[in-house]
Amino acid sequence: MEPRSFRVTRADLVAYAGASGDHNPIHQDEEVATGVGLPGVIAHGMYTLALAARYVEEQVGAGQLVTFGAKFTKPVVVPVDGTEVQVAGVRDGDTVKLTVTCEGVEVLRGCKATLRG
Amino acid sequence: MPIDQSLVGRSFPPTGAFEVTEDRVRAFAEATGSSYDGGPAPATFPIVLAFDAMNAFLEAESLDLFRIVHGEQKFAYERPVVPGDVLTATLSVASLRQIGGNDIIGTTSEITDHAGALVCTGTATLVHRGGE
Repeated sequence: MEPRSFRVTRADLVAYAGASGDHNPIHQDEEVATGVGLPGVIAHGMYTLALAARYVEEQVGAGQLVTFGAKFTKPVVVPVDGTEVQVAGVRDGDTVKLTVTCEGVEVLRGCKATLRG
Repeated sequence: MPIDQSLVGRSFPPTGAFEVTEDRVRAFAEATGSSYDGGPAPATFPIVLAFDAMNAFLEAESLDLFRIVHGEQKFAYERPVVPGDVLTATLSVASLRQIGGNDIIGTTSEITDHAGALVCTGTATLVHRGGE
């Protein structure tokens, strides 16, 4: 599958907080984020996972997933001027394995979708 | 303070009924730079339900959301979520361990429809970063 790059800004995180109900301030407030030992405002893990899901669903169609998930291994730090998340997938039958990186670092591990047969 | 081990195996009350509307699905899709023209909701939309259940769990256990970092999330889908669904989530604690002052909490949220049929199971690992 063709790799894609997704822009992520702090405004996106605010919109996602509203849409998902996840108002954890570590995704919006620099002081709170660094106060709990994070390097800065980080994207919701679920935001990054939503990008990976969108990447798959835009290619195989909506409603085709049987399982989907990943481990959140590294935070996606979102500076004031935003960042980019890269998603690449390899399809093997009913399985799509995804590589998701930010600044060259893998941020999700074992990201995988299984599709309806 | 570490979370008490007696939490493992406990189930929390189901969340209030959540009506999936086209507007909610569209807002979710647009927040991730996508669009929505009807049909199934994005695959990670059920996190809205799972998150609701997690918030109720955190509140019940007096845990601070800002100390929580998501470690892992998986979904197993029985069917896609569609507008018109009225869903609830029931969270149970599957596992708990302490590593380096953090609590690693394994949760399972079963998302069911109005008829009680299972729509999706979300399993999450939550890292509760220990305070001083």
